[in-house]
Amino acid sequence: MTFYAAVGAVEQGLVYGIMAIGVYLTFRILDFPDLTVDGSLPLGAAISAVAITAGLNPYLSLLLALLGGVLAGMVTAILNTRFKILHLLASILTMIALYSVNIRIMAGPNIALLGVATVFDPVVRLGVPPHYAGLAVFALFAGLVLAGIVWFLGTELGQVVLATGDNPQMVRSLGVDTRTIVVLGVGLSNGLVALSGALVAQNQGAADVGMGIGTIIAGLASVIIGETLFGCRTMARAFLAALLGSIVYRLAIAFALSLEIGAFRFNPSDLNLITALLVVAALIAPNLKRRLMER
Amino acid sequence: MIGLEGLVKYFHRGSVNEVLALAGIDLQLAAGDFVTVIGSNGAGKSTLLNAIAGTFPVDSGRIVVAGEEITNWPEHRRARLIGRVFQNPLLGSCPSATIEQNLALAALRGQTRGLAKGVKGRDRQRFGNELARLGLGLEKRLGDKVGLLSGGQRQALTMLMATLVRPEVLLLDEHIAALDPKTSTQILAITAEIVADGRLTTLMITHNMQHAISYGNRLLMLHQGKVLLDLSGPEKERLTVQDLIEQFHHAARGEELALDSLLLA
Ligand SMILES: Nc1ncnc2c1ncn2[C@@H]1O[C@H](COP(=O)(O)OP(=O)(O)OP(=O)(O)O)[C@@H](O)[C@H]1O
Ligand SMILES: [Mg+2]
Repeated sequence: MTFYAAVGAVEQGLVYGIMAIGVYLTFRILDFPDLTVDGSLPLGAAISAVAITAGLNPYLSLLLALLGGVLAGMVTAILNTRFKILHLLASILTMIALYSVNIRIMAGPNIALLGVATVFDPVVRLGVPPHYAGLAVFALFAGLVLAGIVWFLGTELGQVVLATGDNPQMVRSLGVDTRTIVVLGVGLSNGLVALSGALVAQNQGAADVGMGIGTIIAGLASVIIGETLFGCRTMARAFLAALLGSIVYRLAIAFALSLEIGAFRFNPSDLNLITALLVVAALIAPNLKRRLMER
Repeated sequence: MIGLEGLVKYFHRGSVNEVLALAGIDLQLAAGDFVTVIGSNGAGKSTLLNAIAGTFPVDSGRIVVAGEEITNWPEHRRARLIGRVFQNPLLGSCPSATIEQNLALAALRGQTRGLAKGVKGRDRQRFGNELARLGLGLEKRLGDKVGLLSGGQRQALTMLMATLVRPEVLLLDEHIAALDPKTSTQILAITAEIVADGRLTTLMITHNMQHAISYGNRLLMLHQGKVLLDLSGPEKERLTVQDLIEQFHHAARGEELALDSLLLA
């Protein structure tokens, strides 16, 4: 793996790490497996791309993308909590619907972002070399999101979100409508995923309706790798682990793609298989470790 | 304080599994009443408490607590008026949160929650004092995760959480049944103290007849969703475990109650 490939992987790890933080919130904290993310990532990309093309400030476009993601997540959560549709199914319904919505937003399956302003411009103007601008911006956003979510979960409201995943009966008997909390949490999660999608689009110079495929798997892989390697003893640690897990995941993939075994090389289309193997490995690693320790 | 009028609750209504869990309950409790509730398995005791707390809607009847008709209120809204402790110690607190975080959650019962810090500095002092009253040394473990506590410690914590904001009504559903005898005695003593201190209107379900007799000022026996026996004052004080067991047997045989003989004894 070349140095540039490694830098690129870390960059990807950071920007998709924001998505992984969102996935951690639903999957682990709220115990709400949410496939909406496969649709809300391109939703964020689409909103941001359309907004920038229309001349809006790229940073403001991120805010719009975030709001769009929040709405998408809320739809899933409302389908689940008010209309009693199984969470997995509710999220698949929203995800499918978002496919059409995203094409409507972009008035087509994709939008190129060439020669328009992006969030990277001010950083480049500050003197950061252009090929490190992505790294700098993504590190900044990932750091802000991490700090923000850790702060939020320490507030009165955030503590209720944590407790809702753990013991909803208790939360109701303490006077909180757990349905509202789930709507809030799943909304927030998808807001982060959409933010991640918007940043990705600005970085790769295009938003594409297909860019969300496999988001949930990448998110889960990051979460599980993070937990396995970095632990989750405190809340801050757990979310940091999801972010770092995302970086490790992208590095592992870059490494796999750079492998040459005789005449054999991996194709990008092998990614899904590699990811599945990685998740399986991360899931069984703690077991293996325990068994080895016992000997 | 609590007024129940003609409460009826069916489960699986209209199916072959139909159960009439509450068959028309009328009950008036005065402020400060400490009522023990007994009855055989399936008598409807838990259903009664769940109906008051709003776990499910009732099929007919009215529920009034502290002058407010709450029959159609959702569970979380009723929580402003009601404190609860369940039989299962795991249901009352949040294992992955610390003791102080759990207490902070309980300290806002019935209030809206905002973006202020979850556990505030001034809370800690107060939580410490309240925990010290339990006499279990938990005041030194404010930062420990609740998942690390024993069942008894968790149940004591839940008692505190249910009453940290004074509830108009306290509902205890066999809250000491899952504990060993020594711990259950301890938690019962804590319960009696908290109820007396706060002069709390309380319904306490128990399967222990001696507890039902020696605690509280009023005793209800439920059978097949009806109130079979409602004793207070001197009638309750004269009661013996033997009397209660006889009543159970009468009820089980479907006979009319030999109430007169009991009360005249
Ligand atoms: N959620 C439910 N769904 C269906 N039936 C129920 C439900 N809850 C209670 N029942 C039925 O209602 C009746 C009353 O049950 P309840 O739990 O109130 O009894 P209990 O007096 O608390 O008994 P125990 O002493 O065993 O706790 C029983 O026949 C029970 O099977
Ligand atoms: Mg019961």
